[in-house]
Amino acid sequence: MTTSLTNSIAQKQQSWLTGVLASQTFWVFVAVIVASLALSFTTDSFATSKNLYNITRNVTFTAIIALGMTLVIITGGIDLSVGSVLCLCSMVLAVVMHAGYSIEVGIAASIATALVVGAFNGFLIAYIGLPPFVVTLGMLSVARSLAMVASGNTVVFEFGPDNDALLALGGGAWFFGIANPVMYTIVLGLLTGFVLRWTRFGRHVFAIGGNESAATLTGVPVKVIKVAVYMISSLSAGIAGIVQTGWLGAVTTNIGAGMELQVIAAAVIGGANLAGGGGTALGAIIGAMLIEVIRNSLGLLGINAFWQGTFIGGAILFAVMFDRLANYRRNA
Amino acid sequence: MIKVAVLELKHISKHFGAIEAVKDVSFSLEPGEVIGLMGDNGAGKSTLVKMMAGNFKPNSGTILIDGKEIVMNRPVEAREHGIEIVHQDLALCDNLTAAANVYLGRELRLGFGPLRILDYPTMYRRAAEIFAELKSETRPRDLVKKMSGGQRQAVAIARTRLSNAKIVLMDEPTAAISVRQVAEVLNLIRRLRDQGITVVLISHRMPDLFAVADRVIVMRRGTKVADKEISKSSPEEVTGLITGAIETV
Ligand SMILES: Nc1ncnc2c1ncn2[C@@H]1O[C@H](COP(=O)(O)OP(=O)(O)O)[C@@H](O)[C@H]1O
Ligand SMILES: [Mg+2]
Repeated sequence: MTTSLTNSIAQKQQSWLTGVLASQTFWVFVAVIVASLALSFTTDSFATSKNLYNITRNVTFTAIIALGMTLVIITGGIDLSVGSVLCLCSMVLAVVMHAGYSIEVGIAASIATALVVGAFNGFLIAYIGLPPFVVTLGMLSVARSLAMVASGNTVVFEFGPDNDALLALGGGAWFFGIANPVMYTIVLGLLTGFVLRWTRFGRHVFAIGGNESAATLTGVPVKVIKVAVYMISSLSAGIAGIVQTGWLGAVTTNIGAGMELQVIAAAVIGGANLAGGGGTALGAIIGAMLIEVIRNSLGLLGINAFWQGTFIGGAILFAVMFDRLANYRRNA
Repeated sequence: MIKVAVLELKHISKHFGAIEAVKDVSFSLEPGEVIGLMGDNGAGKSTLVKMMAGNFKPNSGTILIDGKEIVMNRPVEAREHGIEIVHQDLALCDNLTAAANVYLGRELRLGFGPLRILDYPTMYRRAAEIFAELKSETRPRDLVKKMSGGQRQAVAIARTRLSNAKIVLMDEPTAAISVRQVAEVLNLIRRLRDQGITVVLISHRMPDLFAVADRVIVMRRGTKVADKEISKSSPEEVTGLITGAIETV
């Protein structure tokens, strides 16, 4: 009896290896490695320290937001406002610091902005019942316009007394010589993965995406959790904005334009299911890596930048199709 | 000696906009009793049990437990009063494991304060014990997505075994499963009754009713039209009451 119970508990439907081989994240990772190796051999410019430096930075901004986006997508939602929220939060930080306030005040103002925007999105979606697509599309327009209002549509590149501290935050390498943005991505990735696997909140995020009415019937606080995931998504955009501002050393009102597509692509390519119910933190980061390698390689291979959208869009469609096929095989 | 009812409904009504789903329904449940709740589609059976499970609040009327009036705003409050429900559509998340579904909304955690993590070992062990008790072959880590109708039913019923429920409400548990599995569910209902648990069974299947129920309540268009001992009724009479061929008894 006791042994049969133990067996029953230990029983998984697939072995560790089959699990890995069936996971989209694994194959996307293989694609990243293969593409990187191919580019290193075929071009002189890929494996240079300057290019790798650019790639890793660009990956981190997409990856940080893709982590937040993954939570939203797992609940079955979408957040189209992240690019504009990144811009707004960067601008709030820049304007506050430019006015002579300390970096702490600037960051606090920026993060508060992100949380308010996220709470607003979440409230309209969870409590008023508006579709996430519509609400966040509206916010995409509102947030960028507010960034223009806040800055008078100018470029801010002077950040007051704590100017250097901000540049170090984004451009430095404080731990083991690893660039700060990379470090933040690793930390936030681990945190997101932990929350999804080990907390009740994470479990409820999956439950809402799996069957929202079941979650409601069993007493999961569905509305509160939905508001929280949109706040987290905005927060991730705000954090990416702060780091990016420190790295670039300037903020314009068109930063982050079109970034929502890249971020959603990263999450979906990394295995997040747009129908809700599935997604991982590691997948979001690896998805962001593939997107950046594609973008970068187009430039290096001398392909016109106008083609970028086609390739990224194609990658999204491919990822969704992969998911369909995998499901189809499983159910067959 | 008068038995105290475990649960009593007094003049309960519920409407959704203009639809009067439940109209002025009263009855009481005694310990260890199996009640068959019958009625056509849309008669208000699911709405009635959802009010007992804290999913809906009645527009009027009162609910008493052990003689005391209670107000339930959320499903957890019903659980605290010892009421568990198996929903008609089972209310399972396909993307989660059997154990995760059993514990959905009441996950066990380790640690304290805000630093609490899910207690996987205990949840897996307890879920495995319940499945063994139910004689189900379902394993705690199995994904619900890949389960048969009977296994899903076992997961939904396992949910009710987590607490020491006094009352278990079952909304059409035998609607979508095979004959062998129906027999299993009926056996389970008998096991619950033997432990002194009151079971309310909603079913469309007349044989289920006469196999396990002690009493039958018939609903028609939101109102209660019959409430009598099963031994004093017959399948013909119940059918007549459901369709309206027999007005009331
Ligand atoms: N959540 C709801 N919103 C609006 N109407 C509902 C809802 N739930 C049930 N109803 C209506 O209430 C009536 C009774 O439904 P229900 O209790 O599900 O009946 P039964 O379970 O007996 O088939 C039906 O007319 C149904 O359409
Ligand atoms: Mg029903």
